[in-house]
Amino acid sequence: MEPLVAEALTRRFGRLTAVDQLTFRVHDAEIYGMLGPNGAGKTTTIKMLTTLLPPTSGTASVVGFDIARQPGKVRASIGYVPQMISADPQVTGYDNLRLFARLYQVPRAEREARIASALAFMGLTNVGDALVRTYSGGMIRRLEIAGAMLHRPKMLFMDEPTVGLDPLAREAVWSQIERLRKEQSTSIVITTHYMEEAERLCDRLAIMHRGSMVAEGSPAQLKATLPTPNATLDDVFAHYAGGEMETGGGFRETFRTRRTAIRLE
Amino acid sequence: MATRTSAGAAWGRVAYSHLDRTFAVVEYEVRKLQHDPSELLLRAVQPALWLVVFGEVLNQVHLIPTGGVSYIEFLAPGILAQSVMFIAIFYGIASIRERELGIAYKLIVSPALRISLVTGKALSASVRGLSQAIIVYLLAVGLGVHPNLSPLAILGVLIAVVLGSMLFATLSMIIASLVKTQERFLGIGQLMTMPLFFASSAIYPLSLMPAWLRPIALANPLTYLVEAARTLMIPGEVGLAPLWVDFSVLVGVTALFLVVQSRLYPRMAQ
Repeated sequence: MEPLVAEALTRRFGRLTAVDQLTFRVHDAEIYGMLGPNGAGKTTTIKMLTTLLPPTSGTASVVGFDIARQPGKVRASIGYVPQMISADPQVTGYDNLRLFARLYQVPRAEREARIASALAFMGLTNVGDALVRTYSGGMIRRLEIAGAMLHRPKMLFMDEPTVGLDPLAREAVWSQIERLRKEQSTSIVITTHYMEEAERLCDRLAIMHRGSMVAEGSPAQLKATLPTPNATLDDVFAHYAGGEMETGGGFRETFRTRRTAIRLE
Repeated sequence: MATRTSAGAAWGRVAYSHLDRTFAVVEYEVRKLQHDPSELLLRAVQPALWLVVFGEVLNQVHLIPTGGVSYIEFLAPGILAQSVMFIAIFYGIASIRERELGIAYKLIVSPALRISLVTGKALSASVRGLSQAIIVYLLAVGLGVHPNLSPLAILGVLIAVVLGSMLFATLSMIIASLVKTQERFLGIGQLMTMPLFFASSAIYPLSLMPAWLRPIALANPLTYLVEAARTLMIPGEVGLAPLWVDFSVLVGVTALFLVVQSRLYPRMAQ
């Protein structure tokens, strides 16, 4: 059974079609990337798949559960790292994880050990008892990923996991995501608008443009579809999405991205 | 018989798991207060002003007929209820903050029932309300009020404070879910507090109100918090209605608000 199957998933907001007839599958233990500019429909897709937003039409099953008919079961089986900061700065890293361990009903006997191992996995053992307010951007992201893996979800959704991070912190987050996939066989969907991230991290990519998927394949496959020799992912993107990395995304989305970037600094 | 027992046990486990999540939220909110308790101290200023300045002045002039008790004795439970309401009515600002960061997304995407999350938030608001109750009791005693110190009466006041905090905090979260931005929320919050306060029996008895105001005061949940606190706290004072009426209104309105907010809460992640 494939951990994610989406069939003609569509979401409209008034007259705007944010996601249009999206059909795709994610394989077991795969890192699947959705690449596109702000406004391409990536976040809306993630919100539908995580049951935060009902689709206008179409269906999807996540870890075998239907997102519309079994939202509770979907929620119990997935982890989610939103684009915005979801760690609470007013409490410690440990407090953040403890809340989610209880909300996800990690058995009481295992709770402390799981929290400790999640902190260790993400290299945060030394700062577990410090207020999140004092963390760096990279540490905050790693804490959020630690929180999303506490209940050992089969499927993890990460919306722009490295937006606003400096190159070193970005590298650390990437290697933790890869380890998570390798050691726990987690299937991971990420959205990104960084070519480098897509190339480095993803087994397969979906190129999104104005709510539709315009191309899908491994980075190498996508490059091979172009007539130019030695094509880069930038070329692929320019070819399929008209190079419009800078268009789309209204004031609100731009505002959010920038604020996340500022807060993570 | 055996199946009935195991069905009961299963039901118990499910109920326990939902309650456990509610208390997880409460514990988490209390930790926040532990890390920064300054808010609780600042909140003591307002009830102190009302009791020490307003209360003492009106106590001298005997303008307001308060039956067998002094004006300060009449006022103390009113200020208790008022400060509980004031602290709770802005509780929704925290939900807006959680939405502007991304914390609301993580809570709403968790498998916890929305009613568990919302109830946890409302209950944790009552921790702040209880701290206000302690402050008002101390101030009142300092000003010469002799509150009823029987354990049952004190327990009754504390339960009323918890219910009142939950009621107004949930109303506040409902407003936050509807307006979603800090500016609009603060505007509405400011707009609501004074009418709720003045259209209640907190600082003058219902009998002094003009006829048009009385039905409004009777429809105002704050009046029932004031009356419950007054009956329980001040010996010889009897509220407008029997205590069971006060508590039924508080429980009923709180439950209604919790159900409404559990429906609205997912909007904070859309």
